[in-house]
Amino acid sequence: MTHIEVTVNGERRSDEVESRLLLVHYLREILGLRAANVGCDTTSCGACTVLLDGKSVKSCTVLAVQASGHEVTTAEGLSAGGELHPVQAAFRQHHGLQCGFCTPGMVMAAVGLLSENPHPTETQVREGLEGNLCRCTGYHNIVRAVLAAADAEQVQANGSAPANAEVTA
Amino acid sequence: MSILGTRVLRTEDPKFLTTGGVYTEDVVDERLDGACHVFFVRSPLAHARITRVDVSAALEAPGVVAVYTGADLADLEPIPPSAAGLINTEMQQRLLATDKTRFVGEPVAAVVTEHPYQGEDAVELVEVDYDPLPAALGFDPSDESLLFEAAGTNVAGYWGDASSLNPELFDGCEVVVKHTIINQRVAPAPMETRAAAAVWGEDGRLTAWIPNQGAQGTKSQLAKQLGVDEELVRVITPDVGGAFGAKFGADPEHVVVAWVARHLGRPVRWTETRYENLIAMTHGRAQQHTVTIGGGRDGNVQAYRLEIVQDAGAYPKIGAVLPMLTILMTTGPYDIPRAEAVAKVVITNTTPIGAYRGAGRPEATAALERAIDLFAAEISADPADVRRKNLLAPFTEPHRTAFGALYDTGDYVAALDKALDAAGYADLRKEQARRRASGDIRQLGIGVASYVEITGMGDGEDTPPQENATVEVHPDGTATILTGTSPHGQGHATAWAMIASEELGIPVEKITLKWGDTDLIPEGGGTGGSRSLQQGGAAVQQAAQELLEVARLRAAAELEANAADLVFDKTRSAFNVAGDPEASVPLTQLAENERLLIRTVFSQPGATFPFGTHVAVVEVDTETGKTSLQRVITVDDAGTVLNPLLAEGQRHGGIGQGAAQAFLEEVVYDDAGNPLTASLADYPFVSATEVPSFELADMATPTTYNPLGAKGIGEAGSIGSTPAVQNAVVDAVAHLGVRHIDMPVTSRRVWQALQAVQPGSEQ
Repeated sequence: MTHIEVTVNGERRSDEVESRLLLVHYLREILGLRAANVGCDTTSCGACTVLLDGKSVKSCTVLAVQASGHEVTTAEGLSAGGELHPVQAAFRQHHGLQCGFCTPGMVMAAVGLLSENPHPTETQVREGLEGNLCRCTGYHNIVRAVLAAADAEQVQANGSAPANAEVTA
Repeated sequence: MSILGTRVLRTEDPKFLTTGGVYTEDVVDERLDGACHVFFVRSPLAHARITRVDVSAALEAPGVVAVYTGADLADLEPIPPSAAGLINTEMQQRLLATDKTRFVGEPVAAVVTEHPYQGEDAVELVEVDYDPLPAALGFDPSDESLLFEAAGTNVAGYWGDASSLNPELFDGCEVVVKHTIINQRVAPAPMETRAAAAVWGEDGRLTAWIPNQGAQGTKSQLAKQLGVDEELVRVITPDVGGAFGAKFGADPEHVVVAWVARHLGRPVRWTETRYENLIAMTHGRAQQHTVTIGGGRDGNVQAYRLEIVQDAGAYPKIGAVLPMLTILMTTGPYDIPRAEAVAKVVITNTTPIGAYRGAGRPEATAALERAIDLFAAEISADPADVRRKNLLAPFTEPHRTAFGALYDTGDYVAALDKALDAAGYADLRKEQARRRASGDIRQLGIGVASYVEITGMGDGEDTPPQENATVEVHPDGTATILTGTSPHGQGHATAWAMIASEELGIPVEKITLKWGDTDLIPEGGGTGGSRSLQQGGAAVQQAAQELLEVARLRAAAELEANAADLVFDKTRSAFNVAGDPEASVPLTQLAENERLLIRTVFSQPGATFPFGTHVAVVEVDTETGKTSLQRVITVDDAGTVLNPLLAEGQRHGGIGQGAAQAFLEEVVYDDAGNPLTASLADYPFVSATEVPSFELADMATPTTYNPLGAKGIGEAGSIGSTPAVQNAVVDAVAHLGVRHIDMPVTSRRVWQALQAVQPGSEQ
């Protein structure tokens, strides 16, 4: 067993874990944070995506011990104070989720994408989310939601409405 | 203003976006405290005799509680094939393979451990000796290697009689085109894999949490396979992470998990890996079509024949029944004077075939829409014109086809023209002509597919489709709906609440939907076959209306008025005497006096038939075969739309999956029956970069079969888009002499097709 200290959603955690324990299983089984899901075994689907020091990572491919000394943010930690994060709100507004299984990972990947590229084009959104699979939406509304979230942040930044606020199907 | 027809945001979403859904693996319940975990040992060979199973090493491994083999489950009946009477009854599946394994991934033993990681280790220690047998594969599997020796054949059965095909069907046709087309095997691959949690109570009853599409059907099948009375089984449906037809009923693994829980007297959990999901959850499609189409050079189609071979996989499950639906929809939206269809069902050493989004109908449409394009190419006609010439004229009275389907309402030409308009079809053809003339290496392909499909089927015309709903208004002003449908992404909690809200004047956010607990809702047909809104939603409306009638009588007594003199004021959710708003009583008060609750069953005269046209635009690089999907434009007429946001979401998802089948996805086996697409690194699951945003045009021709006017929308997207995309790719290279490319129309296949038509090619 190995001792780890991780800040998860702003809270300091310390645990003794098996050294082979995956970060996603640490979050789900030990901390009870079950928003991140396991959808594959080849790092292909992204359902387990979380932020590690602000960058999106697939938590099925990070060992819990590797997260020691770092900060992890999950979907649970995005919506502090009961208010949806702008990306979460945009996913709801644009029906960017159906069964919900890919959703926490997709949202975290989108947050990571927008932090690196606050004003992506549609192509950049699609390329940025290529590692996150969704079987329900055909990606259409996910892309709409991420573009809208980017616009919403623009509004917050400069106080004017974005030109393409009207979203068509 | 009515809430119906408006874009109400989903009440489900906040949970999914923050703490996440509570899927089976996430369920926390004190009854499951201390649960152990099941892992399955699966056959690594497609076809083999099992000569020895030694579990001793596994039993010694850390954390191992028990290991079970087929011998331990000998008392449990094998799973019979679907469609008894038509399908060979020798073709039964043991819950754990005993004498033979018949596909890679078939469960052979179950290892139970205290911790999941221990199970992953321990399955490696179960020693199974296999005597390999040759694998029977393909659409014409040899009888030299029989899956079931007692059956004496690898043919499971037939739909229709091939010997009765009319040899004169194509007499008088100026042009006859015949082609064999593969509708390839694909993986449903819902994001949530299969799972279960099971525990037996001191009362001798099983409680099983299983991701499913209809808890009541899952309960029946579990009880039957366990050999216990249905009263002893309770199925609870947690959130379900997608299903697409593949989560109906109970699979062998679910039954084994429930059996293990009983045998150990402990709660048990199971979650399969993606590897297991891709080899052991049922696959979809897997049909071979030989289409023959004949008609005049004027574009009139006079005769069509569809000969189907269904690969049902190793065990004839729902896959064996799919051809029945394909045959039913043989002529689709067209008026074809002479048509016939037959099917042969074969078994092979591959994963069993089940339902996948559309289940039998996409196959019919794919075959027919390729046939129409082949015919159009042969007579050098525009494929859109050939469609327009042969589509059924608009009808408002039900239309009976030669195959027995009773189409309720339809206006197929209008859907075609609307889609062509939305696509800018004429301009696309001009651009295509320009690129062809200039020899552009990036050629444009335009594919058109018209369809009609069947949704909300019952069990035949004598048993009309139906669904139940219960609506209760509570004294605190909230309401609860119980439904026999089973949402897993479709948004029933929002949609059913909209329907009840419209009737009762209770805000959507104060209405809670419950489903999928068989103790609470013993009956129900679940969600599949695009049935839910037209039957389950209509049942909610009927229940709410019946509840108001009961409430009206009670309000009349309360107000000492004549019931006929009362009006219901939705803005206050209260009855008042007409002309006297002061003399009123709200539903909440009536509910306080006495429970205000109605359960009802809504029956529909029959299935409904949504229809539409999809147009796909692709670019194909003629030097490399590289294909990119540029646009998909669709008209999907599913009658009156309750919530456009949700209906569009269903269309998007269907279009994405349908397009994925056309140019990306395929389950592949090698010559020995080894799956080559057993991970998401190998299976080309469609991603965001491979599809464009979709362009939806609206059209709504209501059905008269339910008061909502709604037909099903869940599968339509996957029915139209598949042949539209395939036709587009073929169209892009048609001028170079290519007539057909099988799905998935990958870059490699396009390149091969182009090589084959090069001048001087030997093929």
